[in-house]
Amino acid sequence: MTSEEIVSEIKRDYINRLAEVGRRIDGRAFNEYREIVVEKGVISTAEGSARVRIGGTEVVVGVKMDLGEPFPDTPNMGVLTTSAELGPLASPTFEAGPPDEKAIELARVTDRAIRESGAIDLQRLCIEEGNKVWVLFLDIYVLDYDGNMFDAAEYCALAALLNTTVPASRFDMGDDFKLEVERYPISMTFAKIENSIVVDPSLDEDNIADARLTVSIDEENRIRAMQKGLSGGFTVDEVKKIINTAMELAPKIRKKIVEA
Amino acid sequence: MGIKKEGIKLINEDGLRIDGRKPDELRPIKIEAGVLKRADGSAYIEWGKNKILVGVYGPRELHPRHLQDPTKAKVQCRYDMASFSVIDRKRPGPDRRSIEISKIIGEALENVIFTHQFPRTSIDIYIEVLEANAGTRCAGLTAASVALADAGIPMKDLIAAVSVGKVDGEIVLDLVKEEDNYGEADVPIGYVPRTGEVVLLQMDGDLSYEEFEKALNMGIEACKKIYEMQKDALKRKYVKVATEIVEEVE
Repeated sequence: MTSEEIVSEIKRDYINRLAEVGRRIDGRAFNEYREIVVEKGVISTAEGSARVRIGGTEVVVGVKMDLGEPFPDTPNMGVLTTSAELGPLASPTFEAGPPDEKAIELARVTDRAIRESGAIDLQRLCIEEGNKVWVLFLDIYVLDYDGNMFDAAEYCALAALLNTTVPASRFDMGDDFKLEVERYPISMTFAKIENSIVVDPSLDEDNIADARLTVSIDEENRIRAMQKGLSGGFTVDEVKKIINTAMELAPKIRKKIVEA
Repeated sequence: MGIKKEGIKLINEDGLRIDGRKPDELRPIKIEAGVLKRADGSAYIEWGKNKILVGVYGPRELHPRHLQDPTKAKVQCRYDMASFSVIDRKRPGPDRRSIEISKIIGEALENVIFTHQFPRTSIDIYIEVLEANAGTRCAGLTAASVALADAGIPMKDLIAAVSVGKVDGEIVLDLVKEEDNYGEADVPIGYVPRTGEVVLLQMDGDLSYEEFEKALNMGIEACKKIYEMQKDALKRKYVKVATEIVEEVE
């Protein structure tokens, strides 16, 4: 098994040459997103769940909740724990075993978008200050990897949270109640191919990209998280352009996730 | 088998079970072949409240190379339960139970795959349980057979699997979670209809010889029904593919 996708030189050249004339290998425009399909409440054993498809990429997120102790530095806040599993069924290049750096980056980038935007008010998950709080596990499972898993994971996490009921009665803590989602961060990932920048990279584009940038935008068009990946770089103008495109595209996707 | 709480009745006066089924009745089963894009073969099964996805990769070169068998393919199976597939969150990753289940499912599947046609390779079967409600190993094995066929891997036959158990002193087919927790026995069976062989068999609990015989017969009869559903799933997928090809040609 290899842990890197191999792209032939011919295909790499082809994608690069297409990009020079403003085209992409799957026929999309540079700022055109693939079709997104969102389903909520797909797992009945979870407190909340969702399945998101972006083109051929498919992700399932399940929320589980438990009672626990707060961290000593945040005694009045619940605990949010995000994990990601890149299971070997999702791609010939994913290997079984404990989360590798790719899975950890995915979990942390998703966690940051949710946490830093204040999507969940963790103070509301406090039951007894310093003693007892709700622990929310946000578990991401990538089932089919066809490019751009960062956005798929984040949309799926948001959709699952919107679907979450806190299982209070199971823990003798009163009646179950809906988890409040306060903010709706939308992540948008861009790849730089030679000198072109494309949104929602497909698998081939992900594989040959020189640089990657994920930007999370909330519903007031504020930037809530960013992550730059890969060895290439962006110019300042490119970064600004990316943020503007993300702000343009995010509302439509947010609507789709909220209304699903 | 768990300790039964007093007062829990799993079979009512009319002989029906807690979900209203008759003793020899299967839960509703829905199988779909070819659901994943990247995998060489795949299948999705909904069996009662179980939801399981299976992806197959291979035959592909086996790494590390010292594990290669110059005479045949190595069949490797990984059964995994998603953290949210059960009520109390399961820690992600393999535990002792899933390692054992992976082993016995892999061994059962090796029985029906023509492994000698693919020396030095591995055939990898990944079973992901997204939602669990008893009988996941049987549902996983049933779906894995369909996924292998979808990958075009030459096989003697499909394996159909089901569990049979004993609840309130009675032999019943296809246990749900409550029956599994509070019942008196559980016997998962994997069966190859074409050869009549049993390729997966486990048992825990307490059964007499007569009870075991009854359970086995009941399980095999059910496997024959499941076998038809497996073939139907494959036909649906490939009739669809064939129709698309004809349409393209026309």
